[in-house]
Amino acid sequence: MLEFFRQSVKTSAGALLANKARSFLTMLGIIIGVAAVIVIMAVGAGAQGLILSQIKNLGTNLIGVLPGKSEDKGPPAQVLGIIITTLNYGDALALADKNNVPNLTAVAAYSKAIGTVSWGADSYDTNISGTTASYLDVEGGELEQGRFFTADEEKNLARVAVLGSEVKARLFGASDPAGARIKFKKQSFEVIGVMKKRGLAAFQNYDDQIFMPLATVQKVISGVDYLGFIRAKVDDGKNINRAINDISLTLRERHNIIDQSGASDDFTVRSAAQALGAIATVTDALRFFLAAMAALSLLVGGIGIMNIMLVSVTERTREIGLRKAVGASNKDIRRQFLTQAVIITLLGGLIGIALGVLTAVLISLAARFLGYSWDLVISWLSIALAVAVSAAIGLIFGLYPAFKASRLEPVEALRHE
Amino acid sequence: MVFNCLKIVRSASWRIENFLIMLIQVNNLTKNYASGEVVTPVLNGLTFSIDQGEFVAIMGPSGSGKSTLMHILGLLDRPSGGQYYLEDKDVTELSDDELAGLRNRKIGFVFQAFNLLPRTTVLENVMLPLAYAKNREAPERRAKKILASVGLDHRLNYFTNQISGGEKQRVAIARALVNEPAVIFADEPTGNLDSKSGVQIMEILQGLNDSGNTIVLVTHETYTSEHAKRIIKVKDGLIIDDYKVGQRRIAKDGEILK
Repeated sequence: MLEFFRQSVKTSAGALLANKARSFLTMLGIIIGVAAVIVIMAVGAGAQGLILSQIKNLGTNLIGVLPGKSEDKGPPAQVLGIIITTLNYGDALALADKNNVPNLTAVAAYSKAIGTVSWGADSYDTNISGTTASYLDVEGGELEQGRFFTADEEKNLARVAVLGSEVKARLFGASDPAGARIKFKKQSFEVIGVMKKRGLAAFQNYDDQIFMPLATVQKVISGVDYLGFIRAKVDDGKNINRAINDISLTLRERHNIIDQSGASDDFTVRSAAQALGAIATVTDALRFFLAAMAALSLLVGGIGIMNIMLVSVTERTREIGLRKAVGASNKDIRRQFLTQAVIITLLGGLIGIALGVLTAVLISLAARFLGYSWDLVISWLSIALAVAVSAAIGLIFGLYPAFKASRLEPVEALRHE
Repeated sequence: MVFNCLKIVRSASWRIENFLIMLIQVNNLTKNYASGEVVTPVLNGLTFSIDQGEFVAIMGPSGSGKSTLMHILGLLDRPSGGQYYLEDKDVTELSDDELAGLRNRKIGFVFQAFNLLPRTTVLENVMLPLAYAKNREAPERRAKKILASVGLDHRLNYFTNQISGGEKQRVAIARALVNEPAVIFADEPTGNLDSKSGVQIMEILQGLNDSGNTIVLVTHETYTSEHAKRIIKVKDGLIIDDYKVGQRRIAKDGEILK
């Protein structure tokens, strides 16, 4: 039995080697498919790890309050472009009150805007973050030079701006921005400070922002009275759930919501930990979707293999006839062609794995070279799956040609020209 | 030619001979090919028998049905009607796999077109039937021994496209012999060969018959058929003559096959 298996592997390998170019082209579909699945899984895992680690750097003791109700695992309404006006500055003040939520150490409110700022002849598109003076207490960050705005400036609609490091570099280059007046929507603002470089975190670029007092952005720039969101810092990680509960109670009372189940809420409270989970869910879904798309090319590869096996059966009809004449049973012939198909796909799978792993390694090296903390994640699952799937494709798509070969009448096959 | 090694084959054949005389027996054998609604009769009721140790030539013009007859006798094809007993066993009702097993153990084929596997060595070709046989010990030694007996021990590891036509047919004969079959069917074995190689092949077949092997030769040439001991003449799917060869030709070096 083992000897027979060895023989049929040898025969199949011989047949494949006889048509090297054709065998390789046939394998290409499988090679690309398997490599694509492995690269996508690895790059997806690496990117996900990067995003999650950035959120962790931000601090997991943060709680975010967003306007509008959203599902636990789904994206917030704002992501979908819906503007909800239910959150206001009074809410932020209420949350900052220790009588309402005793576990919060700091609360910052935000209102964002996008647009072009200019200084002299230079202009630059960036994000305006209207926020409260408590911003640094909540999100951290250090000043490179100058100072952050004060609570008084915030109340008095002071036209002051603190630049992110990238905005500073783009607008001012090497020159000193202190005291300069930058223009935004025909208003001018005095630069009072520059933030230290902080990098990317969780889809937002800390350095590509201008910080201004919340009320200034709301009234002078946007002309709104609602908030984009509120962020608050909890004194201790184990008090997060309690703080979330207190925040919800406070906001329901302020918004006259009687239903305490949360179903009627017009706001969403989330901890950074929950956000981690939500992001992981979304990126996982994206990753598997892409991998499934890549796996489609495996199907196409499989059809290519069936095609080439049918050609092989036709070409080798006389050989099949001869084998039958010297005593090969239908099963023997079937096994021979199935083995050949499985060897093609398995070999293609192995080459694909090598190619995929190599590409994933190169990508992670490139990412690290560019300064990202990129983990190389190649899961054994994706490799095992690639091998199993390619062998299965060989079996499935080899079955029909093998069956066709085994059903040939010996006399007809021997007469075949 | 080297024949000393065929002693093994001979002793095996003798063992069988003691129990069995009638090797092949067919009664009123018919074969029709149906294509759509048109039925073409090819064999129209043949009855004859072949004994152990005979050298029979089935002779007839092309279209006479001789090849179809050989295919049925060789279990490559099934008759449409009649009985066929191989070693006293009715083989008309056997399954495909049972027929494959019988072909493997009982029958050796030598074809006009050689039908050797491409990209494969001489030795591997001869070992092929052993790969489909169950419980064959030392297949390589056995194949080498048989190849030596047809004078090809110097070609063992040549590929089949590297040897001459005559050598190819000797490989095919070795392959037919390797499982010690009860009968060897040779279908126009000299048809693709020059006369010198053809003589060598006929010499080998006669030698095999001398050492006890049953041989059925299919040919359309009277001259070639006269190397056999008995001729069955077929025409239009019927036996028109069946007789012992009076002056049998003995193939030897220097003879010219016409």
